[in-house]
Amino acid sequence: MSTTPRTPLHLAVALDGTGWHPASWREQVARPRDLFTAGYWADLVAEAERGLLDFVTFEDGLALQSSSYGELDGRTDQVRGRLDAVLTAARIAPLTRHIGLVPTVIATHTEPFHISKAIATLDYVSTGRAGLRVQISARPHEAGHFGRRVFPPIDLNELRSPAGQERLTDLFDEAADHVEVVRRLWDSWEDDAEIRDAATGRFIDRDKLHYIDFQGKHFSVKGPSITPRPPQGQPLVTALAHQTVPYRLLARQADVGYVTPQDAAHARAIVAEIRAEQEAAGRAGEPLHVFGDLVVFVDDEQAAAEDRRARLDALAGEPYTSDARIFAGTPAQLADLLQEVSEEGLSGFRLRPAVAGHDLPAITRGLVPELQRRGVFRTAYEADTLRGLLGLARPANRYAAV
Amino acid sequence: MTSKPLKQIHLAAHFPGVNNTTVWSDPRAGSHIEFSSFAHFARTAERARFDFLFLAEGLRLREQGGKIYDLDVVGRPDTFTVLAALAAVTEHLGLTGTINSTFNEPYEVARQFAGLDHLSGGRAAWNVVTSWDAFTGENFRRGGFLPQQERYSRAKEFLATANELFDSWHGDEIVADQANGVFLRDAKAGAFAHTGQHFDIHGQFNVPRSPQGRPVIFQAGDSEEGREFAASSADAVFSRHATLEAGQAFYTDVKNRLAKYGRRHDQLLILPAASFALADTDAEAEELAREVRRQQVSGATALKHLEFVWNRDLSSYDPEGPLPDIDPDVSDNHISKGRAQVRMYRDPLATAREWRELAAANNWSIRDLVINTGNRQTFVGSPATIARTINDYVQADTADGFILVPHITPTGLDDFAYKVVPLLQERGVFRTEYEGPTLRHHLGLAHPDAVDDRVAS
Repeated sequence: MSTTPRTPLHLAVALDGTGWHPASWREQVARPRDLFTAGYWADLVAEAERGLLDFVTFEDGLALQSSSYGELDGRTDQVRGRLDAVLTAARIAPLTRHIGLVPTVIATHTEPFHISKAIATLDYVSTGRAGLRVQISARPHEAGHFGRRVFPPIDLNELRSPAGQERLTDLFDEAADHVEVVRRLWDSWEDDAEIRDAATGRFIDRDKLHYIDFQGKHFSVKGPSITPRPPQGQPLVTALAHQTVPYRLLARQADVGYVTPQDAAHARAIVAEIRAEQEAAGRAGEPLHVFGDLVVFVDDEQAAAEDRRARLDALAGEPYTSDARIFAGTPAQLADLLQEVSEEGLSGFRLRPAVAGHDLPAITRGLVPELQRRGVFRTAYEADTLRGLLGLARPANRYAAV
Repeated sequence: MTSKPLKQIHLAAHFPGVNNTTVWSDPRAGSHIEFSSFAHFARTAERARFDFLFLAEGLRLREQGGKIYDLDVVGRPDTFTVLAALAAVTEHLGLTGTINSTFNEPYEVARQFAGLDHLSGGRAAWNVVTSWDAFTGENFRRGGFLPQQERYSRAKEFLATANELFDSWHGDEIVADQANGVFLRDAKAGAFAHTGQHFDIHGQFNVPRSPQGRPVIFQAGDSEEGREFAASSADAVFSRHATLEAGQAFYTDVKNRLAKYGRRHDQLLILPAASFALADTDAEAEELAREVRRQQVSGATALKHLEFVWNRDLSSYDPEGPLPDIDPDVSDNHISKGRAQVRMYRDPLATAREWRELAAANNWSIRDLVINTGNRQTFVGSPATIARTINDYVQADTADGFILVPHITPTGLDDFAYKVVPLLQERGVFRTEYEGPTLRHHLGLAHPDAVDDRVAS
């Protein structure tokens, strides 16, 4: 019998309100009244760090949450309202030591200059554990909060039409430009630009600061950044993608892409498409982790997990559906699934706890020990930076003379 | 006859950074970027029971003569992100951030300040600054489109719009009734609609009302329009008039503008920036102040400073020699970019004439002139002298307190905190414990809901 070494898995958790099931806030463990306090988020991230997870993501949005993609739903029976994800991550950073912190930023309505320095600063305050999850918004009501652009109403079916795809392509191209500007700004200071040369009176060597001179369809940015190059050089860039247009964003700009395979065969197809897009984008040799996204209900007994799902569905008044596969079962069953799907080329998973207060501890205290027993998950943090945890090198500065 | 009760002094700490008062060459000078520096500075301020920490902002690196200015500290972190992280290492200290109203949008900034107020338990403050500057605009989508005369109208509308967003939640909307499945009391929570000259936005704000209702609002401009903006809309003014006479004049002027907006004298605090040189004795402090000035103004810095006025490349001049005999270039294209102080010299020809006369009368070199006419330390002396002077200034209505700008990062506040503050506490003019949890408590400002109630009743 051969003893092929098993590939270690990477694990992230996606934090969103009281959890991903819309009725999660009604669970006793949910703490819905604490959602707008730092303590709530600090407790969740501390739990994730106890489980040695690679990183947590913080969902965000520039409007109230809605059960309908393109407009507000006027509902009062679900969690509504949220805090800025970058600020929440920054608030938690000094309270943690190892875990990566990856807030969502909305490329469509934000300034890449502001985002670049915010994430660089998150990297400083976390000493090398920052990333971002870039997202677009096609929602007319979110555009209405900014008043600079008018977006037509959205019909999800229409988005699949050629005209809809063109619209999405424009928004994702803008997001790719946004990330390009952010990345160039991170590099706009060489690592040794600060010289403090008392003899000449120069604080910096200005030859090591660079104008990025980006010109694009939606913006142009001069640079350099006001913030020196962050500890990781390039903090982690991540994005969620479901189809070809967003896969191209992953291929062009991401370090980690989240995808939503329904099974192993689907995962294989997605990975093949992303690798092909990566090659087309001229990034074939560069590391790009592909993580599978799963919504999870985890209990010691499968029946308990399924009952919990059914109970929450009943409270919500309808079955919960998701872009991602929904898992309900035991830690061992989940470990089986992760191992099976990962063999198709995924290097890790971003789990979305259905109920944060229940399923996050189930991940850290049930799933993680199970994966450790199988020899596919770390037993201690092995690196000081998020890039280090993911096996990604600190990139050379694109502007530095070789 | 009873004497007037003593005013309580407000004290804040300005993190030293991108300016020519910061002495980066001192062996004690640490990082101005690493979070440990900010944490040290904030904890020192909090141990001394300061009202708040203050962060300045700049959104493009300064240039002179078409090149990035390299003689001062260069680089700073993102304001919101640092303040949110500082909320984790402090409990009471107010967190004041300078955020520009030209290169941001009200929905996003209101979200960030409301979020910071939630995440800090009610300690957020916003120093609203304006810009029109196309130079800085080159880093933003909006670019440099804003005509100069519109910068205050945009700032006023920006703040008014942000207030509409802060007020769009009243504070009782979140029910979170788990048993009955009611999370929100009102489906229209956060609804707003604003149509004006600069913003036409509508929808629902997605951050519930924060502990302070609204962040505390600071204003920093000194122009006629800036003073009116402060009198109408701010809770505190960050001014640069820290000397006795100029401070009193500014204080009286701004406070007298409040009445026409239906506001009382105590609804706007005047807090000038103030530097200091502190030593065991007055004589040692005088010596320290001279030494610090020489460190702040190297020969190269002195020449660059003269270029602000002359608007010409003066690099061929000897800083230890006489002033240039040529006249300033008064064209609109200024040699210095991204530096607010340049506007202090509104009449370069007159300034040059005055400086030549001063230099001739005192036999000053270029560097001597800059050292002797530039920003001198506001307070110089022993702890007893500085404590007495600060108290005298506040009791004489020069200010309601000071925003202290040390010249060393991040330990420059330590001696002040441990040696001067106890003397102010002994005099009964500075708190020994925080009276309440929020910055509004520290500053003696009413919660905006209470203000609204009073107006309504």
